[in-house]
Order: sequence, then structure tokens, then C-alpha cells
Amino acid sequence: MRATRATETVLSGWGNFPKASALVYAPVTPDECRSLLEQQLIARGAGRSYGDSALSSTVISTAYLNQFISFDAQLGILSAQAGVSLDEILQLSIPKGWFLSVTPGTAAVTLGGAIASDVHGKNHHQDGTFCNHIISIELLTGDGEIVVCSPEIEPELFHATCGGMGLTGIIISATLRLMPIQSTMIKQTAIKATGLEDICEKLAEYCDYKYSVAWIDCLKQGKGLGRSILFLGEHAATGDLCYRKKEPNSVPFYGPSFLLSASLMRLFNEFYFGRFAAESESTIPLYRYFYPLDAINNWNRLYGRKGFIQYQFVLPEHHSREGLQLLFNKITESGLGSFLAVIKRFGPANSNLLTFPMHGFTISLDFKICSRLFTLLSTLDIEIAALGGRVYLTKDSVLSETIFKKMYVNWEQFQAVRERYGAMDRFSSLQSRRLGLS
Amino acid sequence: MSQILILGATSVIAEYCARQWATRGDALFLVGRNSERLDLIRNDLLVRGAGSVSQYCTDLRNIEEHKFIIEQARTHLGKINIVLVAHGTLSDQKKCETDIQYTLSELQTNVLSTVSLLTHLANVVQNQNEGVLAVISSVAGDRGRASNYVYGSSKAFITAFLSGLRQRLTPFKVSVITIKPGFVDTPMTAGFKKGMLWASPQSVAARIVRGIDSRQDEIYVPGFWRVIMFAIKSLPTSIFKYLRL
Repeated sequence: MRATRATETVLSGWGNFPKASALVYAPVTPDECRSLLEQQLIARGAGRSYGDSALSSTVISTAYLNQFISFDAQLGILSAQAGVSLDEILQLSIPKGWFLSVTPGTAAVTLGGAIASDVHGKNHHQDGTFCNHIISIELLTGDGEIVVCSPEIEPELFHATCGGMGLTGIIISATLRLMPIQSTMIKQTAIKATGLEDICEKLAEYCDYKYSVAWIDCLKQGKGLGRSILFLGEHAATGDLCYRKKEPNSVPFYGPSFLLSASLMRLFNEFYFGRFAAESESTIPLYRYFYPLDAINNWNRLYGRKGFIQYQFVLPEHHSREGLQLLFNKITESGLGSFLAVIKRFGPANSNLLTFPMHGFTISLDFKICSRLFTLLSTLDIEIAALGGRVYLTKDSVLSETIFKKMYVNWEQFQAVRERYGAMDRFSSLQSRRLGLS
Repeated sequence: MSQILILGATSVIAEYCARQWATRGDALFLVGRNSERLDLIRNDLLVRGAGSVSQYCTDLRNIEEHKFIIEQARTHLGKINIVLVAHGTLSDQKKCETDIQYTLSELQTNVLSTVSLLTHLANVVQNQNEGVLAVISSVAGDRGRASNYVYGSSKAFITAFLSGLRQRLTPFKVSVITIKPGFVDTPMTAGFKKGMLWASPQSVAARIVRGIDSRQDEIYVPGFWRVIMFAIKSLPTSIFKYLRL
């Protein structure tokens, strides 16, 4: 076997914060992965988690573990290595009439990353998370064994690995169930809502639609505070099965500081929210509906060199309304948040130990890094934990160990599974060390 | 549909070329050294739509085997429309300066085995009266430099060899294509600091496949290397010898 050479580099997540130097190994076969297990490390796919969950002094990149294994175009069942991106899956499956059962907001993530983050999409209220459609996973554990796990075989390992942030082992490959589609077009309905309460009601009211998500104008003060647009979607029954993509544009360098200034963004929001009638319908290609930001490579650079934190939290249904109001007020008062926030109503949680979604409302927004931000986030973290909610680990880089353990009540069970499969002190990231999951 | 032989098929650049050919439904014969990786690549190419994929696992430094390998490829493919030669190693220059055995073994890999393969293959495509021989050389072969002159001179040999072979085979409607990649981010270059000049293996493969489609004689990938290497070649030796490039 060839001796794997490492590349010394400085890595960050998609938020460009924090940055850490790392030795990156990029094995070309599962066997070579096994030979690297001597050291403490974390697997890394496309590097699209926002914070420090794929950062460590030693990193295993799945860049070359990116082959398809099999695809049954009759049943819509696909097996692939962990490093295959969702975009590659779609290029293969869409012409044959199959779409991802659940897709996150970017197709740039890898299969392994999507599993480790147990990602969700706009259809969570109907179809659950990405991992609800995973049939089985091949996991390289700390003992150097490749273990197959599924909801039936080694179920504890499966439920720890799905959403387990790479801390149970290295995901080598997975088999997933796709969803049949007749067309690549999405029928979109946009509905305006006047405020936070109104949008929460509408999200609940329109839950029969397959896809639903809303954008909130975070800059609007006073009357019209929390005005939003609800985007509902259904797969169209007619159209072609062509996954066309324009070549993405790029942000070639980091944005200057005035780029996302409040006044400029207020103008944008006025324009953007003004564009929509109270209710409007349109039919758009699915890549525009699901992956609008994939049309701009490196959009994360717009936030400048210091980077940003994308903060996403969920509050349980019974605490959602007043809790959302409280948190939203805190955020708008601080003046630190992005000009838009995304809100969605989740369906019930699954049984993955560190999964993020739970029945209730989730809000996601960006914060450009600045010194005042960290105090705000720790206040928010405390409020959210007190309300029985949680913060999404895939986007986190600041959560404290104490608050994490309040939010993710299954953490001890998670550690017990890791212990059993030799993952302790073997698979670890900057995040896991911060959260007390050594 | 084309019938394609890939030598050094586990190279990442070759793999990405093969993926493009697979999507077109081409028939592929893969030769590589790592059997685990050959299996993975073969499955992947079949899923992507390759007409057929056969493989042969060997170390191409075993020159005696070359004739047999090419016969195997002909049995599986019938006519060979395209050959991509992508095998080779990046020599450790510092080690070459003290370890002669290592230097000679590098030349064995990058020069002698390639010459042997090309000599066999040239006769095959000449008899067919058609075909493409595409060989990965390197921009490093354009001028020897202190930082990697063993690797550079082995690639210079390949470039010159191909130039002659092209003249010989042109009357037989055979295209000989010299591929000269610059810095490409692959397992071969793990350990190098990556900067502005580095290209992804996907983009390099896409360029190679286009170049083969249009039967270009010489491909610099990415294209800006043609300008850089022109500048480097134009420097007078009296100055060049003082530079550290």
C-alpha cells in the first residue's frame, strides 16, 4: 500500500470562522482510511458545515472516496461512497426520474456529510430528515472494522451515526432511497404574512404542501415587524427530467465591510418584499427552488474575511410562539443579525441521538463575526435551552458544553455507543472537544 | 461509442476522464496497480453508464507484461479508438540527488515503461489505420529546473518521443496527443502547498477529454501554462541558471 502523504493547510467551515491549521489526509480507498486510524482525527467531506465540526489537527478528507457503487433505476435505490456530492447524485438520478427524498439548501454537500449532520429540508414536516431515507451505512469504526449499520442491524450505532457529527467513525458508504418525480419543475406559491404570529399560523395552516419555508425581513421595525413571505412548493406533474444548471457565478474575493450594511440591505428588502403580490404562483426549475445559493460559488465570502456564524435554533411547538417573539426581539434589538431569516415548522423528531429537528418552529439567520456577537449568542443559547429548544450543531462554533448537554439530552447515550465502538479519543473535532464529547 | 484503453486508470485525472467517457456509454479497459481502487472505479463507471468496463491489475513497471496487457485490451475492446496513458510518479528531487537507485527506478517508471507501452501501442493503432494515443506528460518537461529536473527530464523525454511518434503516425490517421498539466491537486501532489496556480483534477480531465475529442496535438492544462512555459523557455540560459524556479 502507498504511504499516504498529508497536506498541511489552514481549514475553516463554510462560515470561515473559526480557522484552524490541519494535516489533511486524502485516502483513495477504504483500506487506506483504515491505515490512518492511529491518530485522533475527524472526517471531512465538502467542508460545508458552517462551524468547527469538521476541524481538527488531523483531518481525513473523503474527496477521493467518491464513487457510485450501484443504482437501481427501477426501485430508486442508490449506493455510493461517502464523498459523492448530492449534486453528483442528482446528475445521475434525475434523468432517470428520481430525486432526493430530503434535500438541504445546497447540493454541494457530500453524502457522508449529509448523514453526519442528519440534514433536513423544506419537507421535514412530511418526510423527516435525510437519514430517515437511509437504508444502511458502512462505517469504519475506531477498531478498524467496517461495520454495516441500519435501523435493523446495529441500530444503536446507526442512530448515533446519523446526526453524529462524524464522532462514531468514518462513514465509508451508504445506501439511500430516492423519491420518484415526473418533472424537474416545482410549482411554487408565495404568500405574504404580516408578522411573526401570522407566519407561524400560516406555516401550520399550509402543512399539506410538500415543501414549505418562509423568509422574514429582519430589518423591518415597528408596524410590519416580522413581515414574511411563505414559499410553498409541490413537484409539478409535467415537464422534462433535465437537471440543467447554469455554470455558477463566483465571488472571487472577500466582500468589503460596507457590502452588507443595514441601509443597503433595507433597500434590498423593500425591493424584494415589494416584488411579491399577497399571493402569487409560479413554476420554477427545482435547482432554483432548492439551491438558489448554489448559483453563486463562494457566497460565504460576502461576509468578509472574518467570516460569519449561521445560527439556527428550534423551539418545541408548545413554547414556540412566545419564545420566537422573545428571541426575535433580542436579535433585532442587537442589530447584529442578517437582513433575512428563514423560518420553518418541523414535524416530529426522529430517534437519532444528536438529531437537531424536533416538532416546532426553527429559525436560521446569519451573523457577521464581530466582538459583540458572542455575548448575544450565549444569551440566546441560554434562553433556547430554557425553552426546551436546541441549536443546530452543523452550524455551531460557540455553544458551551453545559448548554449543549441541556439541549441534547441523549448525549450520555451517544457517548456510551461511541465507547462501545472504540470511537472515544479517536474521532474528535474542535467542536466535540468544546462540547465535552472527547 | 468509443473503445478506450486507460493505462494508469487509478490516477485521479484518468478516473475523471473515464467518468466522462462512461456517461457517453463508451467501453473501457482499465489497467492499474491498486485492485481495491480498480474495483471501486469499475463499479462507478458502470453506474454512470459505461457500455462495458474490464480491468487488469498490474504494476506497469513489469515491461514483460505489456504485450499481454495490450492483447487483453484488444480482446475485450476489439478495436482500440483511444488510449490514455496516465501512469507515472512524481519523483522526489531531493532524494534523487543522493539515491541513484531511486533515480533509476523513477526513470524506469516514467520513461522506460512508457516507451515500451507506446512502442507496442503505436504498432496496434498503425495497423488499425486510426486511433488516438493521448499521453500525460507535464509542463515540467518543457525546461529542466533545479527543483524537479529528474521528473522534468523524464517528461521531456516523453514529450520528444511523442513528437516523433506523431510524425510517424500522422500518415496512418493516428493522432498523438501530448498532455501537459501544470499543478493539479491530486494524491500525487499531496503534501504540496496549494495556491493560485493549482487546478482541480475535474477541470483538468474535462479539458483533456475536450482535447481528445478535437484531436489537438498538444494540450496545456490549464491553458495559461502555455504562456508561463513560453516565458520560461524564452529566458536565456545565462540568466536562467541563476534562477530558482
